[in-house]
Amino acid sequence: MRSPGLTVPASGSLLIWLAAWELAGRAELTLLLPPISAILARLVEIAPTAAFLEALAITGEAFLLGNAIAILLGVPLGVLMGRSRIADELLAPWVDLFVSAPLSALVPVIMLLFGVGQTTIVLTVVLFALWIVVLDTRAGVRGIPPSLLEMAACYGCGPWRTFWRIHLPAALPEILTGIRMGVIRGVKGVVIGQLLVSVVGFGQLFEIYSSHFLMEHFWALLLTLFAFAVLVAEGLAWLERRVDYFAAARH
Amino acid sequence: MRAAVPGAALEAAATGEGGAARPLGRGALRFLSVATVLGLWELAGRGGVNPALPAFSETALAGLAMLADGSLPRAFLVTLEPLALGLLLSTVLGVGLGVAMGLSRTAEWLGVPVLVVLQAAPLAALVPLFTFAYGIGLVSKTLVVCVMALPVIVLNAYRAIRHTPRSLVEMGQVFLASRTGIVLRILLPAASPVIFAGLRLGVAAGFIGAVLAELLITPTGIGDLVTYHQSIADYPRMYAAIAAIVLASVLTIGLLERVEVRLFRPERAGR
Amino acid sequence: MSAAALRPVETPIRPPIVELRGIGKLYGTVRALAGIDLDFAEGKLTALLGPSGCGKTTLLKIVAGLVRPSEGEVRVAGRPVTGPGPERAFVFQDFALLPWATVLKNVAFGLEMRGVARAEREERARHWIAEVGLTGFEQSYPHQLSGGMRQRVGLARALAVDAPVLLMDEPFSAVDEQTRRKFQEDLLELVARQNKTFLFVTHSIEEAVYLADRIVLLSPRPGRLAGIVEPRIRRGGDPERIRRDPVYLDTVETIWRGLKGWVE
Repeated sequence: MRSPGLTVPASGSLLIWLAAWELAGRAELTLLLPPISAILARLVEIAPTAAFLEALAITGEAFLLGNAIAILLGVPLGVLMGRSRIADELLAPWVDLFVSAPLSALVPVIMLLFGVGQTTIVLTVVLFALWIVVLDTRAGVRGIPPSLLEMAACYGCGPWRTFWRIHLPAALPEILTGIRMGVIRGVKGVVIGQLLVSVVGFGQLFEIYSSHFLMEHFWALLLTLFAFAVLVAEGLAWLERRVDYFAAARH
Repeated sequence: MRAAVPGAALEAAATGEGGAARPLGRGALRFLSVATVLGLWELAGRGGVNPALPAFSETALAGLAMLADGSLPRAFLVTLEPLALGLLLSTVLGVGLGVAMGLSRTAEWLGVPVLVVLQAAPLAALVPLFTFAYGIGLVSKTLVVCVMALPVIVLNAYRAIRHTPRSLVEMGQVFLASRTGIVLRILLPAASPVIFAGLRLGVAAGFIGAVLAELLITPTGIGDLVTYHQSIADYPRMYAAIAAIVLASVLTIGLLERVEVRLFRPERAGR
Repeated sequence: MSAAALRPVETPIRPPIVELRGIGKLYGTVRALAGIDLDFAEGKLTALLGPSGCGKTTLLKIVAGLVRPSEGEVRVAGRPVTGPGPERAFVFQDFALLPWATVLKNVAFGLEMRGVARAEREERARHWIAEVGLTGFEQSYPHQLSGGMRQRVGLARALAVDAPVLLMDEPFSAVDEQTRRKFQEDLLELVARQNKTFLFVTHSIEEAVYLADRIVLLSPRPGRLAGIVEPRIRRGGDPERIRRDPVYLDTVETIWRGLKGWVE
């Protein structure tokens, strides 16, 4: 079964929710929820500031690095598990464990072993993103019709070339899905890591804003993160749709 | 058609399931894998790779000690409160909302985009916010669990209902099932695998939320065990507490799978 | 159409059990059916035959009450159709079995929806399971059965509710050739024993001529009534013999020539 994530349909209901937010904010229903217009204004104000940009750089760096590692490790692992029963049996217990374990509980351990800094954050992102990349890649490889591989063997394709010319393209839809899921988890990872470490990047900013009760700043930051996560997810979903037809002819 | 159908037996045999792939071999490899990793952990711990890395045996013993002196069970109970409450609320609300969205186009139009955004968004960032609004007690922690678990549960339930094969619904209509009958007897059982997959993801997210709440808002329960033992540098106990919660999460999710098969999809019991 | 196969339609002795008047169906701007006027006689097996896109399944679902016509009216046993009803049962092309229920529960499903008590509906289900030749498989699940067996379950379920009109949507198209032939023979036997009205959608000319008392031909895009054929084939006796009956072969040939034009 493919495509576990939905993509945001271009529907007007989001506008309705935003309008409701604006009204709730103006009516001052709760201190927590300033009107969206105020938040956006604040965002425009703080975005160019040095503190914000530096936090953005730190967070972005950890996020990109962590995800890159997760992909570079995860895809080959997934292919390995997909092709080899033995590798599958050996690695499966750990992948299954980590894909559903409360990973935030493991962050203190990482903090302990690697200190309070960028390394920990990067490792947290890897921890959050890796396992779903492996699982989805494995699913993609296992979904390759055997006849495709038999065909390649018939025409004299060696194992290395089969990997690049058959396994990767044939499993690409699932691999992209896995990457997308991994990226989404990676965003959560970078946020949770920074919240727990709290002296770096956005986590530090959150700490500052919350302790000074700067709700508008807080939400501006939050929305930036949310928007970033959704944009990346949408971008990858678009890519997935472009290669969807790889899977369509399978059955 | 009453004429004997000898072919029936043949047909059944022809579609019989392929034999289980050497169950003995599979179990052995898994055991080997787990044993190897634990062995490496033991060696790394003993070898002093990192002063903060205790050996596996030390961790296991510490865990047993905490069980024995009651600190682990007590901590669990405290953590369980917001977790169980939050998950229960999320399940009831989530499945209900998801089914409603699956049945009503208006609800679908209103709900899906905002929930897709919420599912992709790092909701953990909201945790400090809840501390402001609702203090540091049970309410805010339960809320954290709910917020983390709801989106994925709702979306899965919604998708499951929408993807029920059309012919099953038509079959229900043709055989005069009532609207309620169709929902309860056809849509829900057909949707149960995906709903339960959503519940499993929801439980996982809920556990993350509960732990996060305890590490960020105020240390109680397992979070307290972890932070306390870290602060006094009793690493075996700290690791043991973490392992305990990880195990608890895995076991709960496994249990959910059993419950699902038992209640809704008995035909998967054999497979 | 040669005169040998096409005869003036006989006036039925009893009033037709299903009447269609001016049936049309629009999907947006696409017209699936146009101006269908038909009567179906009680106790007969009528086949709806035509190439893809001629709306035969749509027509069947309109009779079943699953689809509302854009124009026209359907009457069953004199009463207008506004939705599904107890006098019509349906056999689905993809079987539509509940995967989580045993064969027994699946067959009893229609009875359960009508409020029949458990003991009685299970007894009736067992009777029909035996009628379709699946004795011994009551506790099996659909995934354990072959395609042919699954369709028997679907048929048993439709028979169990004892509806006078049985609607079948390409019921044998999802099974293999050998099973198909066996099914056709078994169905003929069943039709001879039961006094129900059968409405049967198929795209196979052989199947239609083999089984039907009356064949309604539909032309595609939009679906219109193209002709009615009543093959004068002697039924009863060896079902195998029918396939070599010259009337059978001629009728198939004639219909094929007529339909050929629409296939391109």
